Amino acid sequence: MSLQDFFEMGGYAAYVWPCYALTAIVLCWNAWAARRSEVAEQLAARRRMDHPSEGR
Amino acid sequence: MWTWFHKFGSPPHAYRLLGKLAPWFGWTSLALILLATWWGLVKAPADYQQGDGFRILYVHAPSAWMSMFIYVVMAIAAAIGLIWRMKIAHAASAACAPVGASFTLLALVTGAIWGKPMWGTWWVWDARLTSELILLFLYLGYMALRSSFDDPQRADRAAAVLAIVGVINIPIIHYSVEWWTTLHQPASVTKMSRPTIALPMLIPLFLMIIGFQLYFGWVLCRRLRGEILRRERNASWLKEA
Repeated sequence: MSLQDFFEMGGYAAYVWPCYALTAIVLCWNAWAARRSEVAEQLAARRRMDHPSEGR
Repeated sequence: MWTWFHKFGSPPHAYRLLGKLAPWFGWTSLALILLATWWGLVKAPADYQQGDGFRILYVHAPSAWMSMFIYVVMAIAAAIGLIWRMKIAHAASAACAPVGASFTLLALVTGAIWGKPMWGTWWVWDARLTSELILLFLYLGYMALRSSFDDPQRADRAAAVLAIVGVINIPIIHYSVEWWTTLHQPASVTKMSRPTIALPMLIPLFLMIIGFQLYFGWVLCRRLRGEILRRERNASWLKEA
């Protein structure tokens, strides 16, 4: 299979590539969102420890 | 088993364990997903009916599988939380919802994109597609219900009941292709007898599904750690962790 064939996907390029791109987006978004919430809570916990008077 | 159960129920222990597990899930899933993508796009032979269009299978079927798998995990965690009043189980259930919703949306959209060239339509209101859409609404309803309570314990219990009742939809999705006439093809992998899909096409599918499962493991570890910190905001163990 040549590189050209690979990108053309037997004429289904307009359907195959968007599916793979969307999957990549969903996987990256989930990873990013999960990591972001974890880091945000870690920072918040550290702040509460340094300044016990603030917040609950 | 029960000591493990109690140990995992303790937030500091779970927090540390999840932190240790996460990289293992993360790296193996990344390797598997990359391998399966290459295998599915390059190495697997083209389908004799659908040509290269069938390669959408390798992202569509695993995301559809994950949409149901994550729902079952979410409902089981919710049930454990309700029965044993285990806070960490409720936290795990809450952590599942956005991930499951995103996989459901992905399964619906990749299915629509696949449907256009193969069936000639983006969408039909048939049993499989409609029940999968209901699954998306269950996830969204679960998250909306959870965020509508100020009291986290009441939110946990109300959301858990919704998650458990909604599990009825899972066998409906699975058997929809057998119970009703539908455009969607019947199951070709999860058959009691032999799968009706050729082995060179099946291997990358399995790799991708395992990769997605481990990926979900990683995301759940990360999200659950965040949930634990949020719920244990005043606990003394946080100073050591």
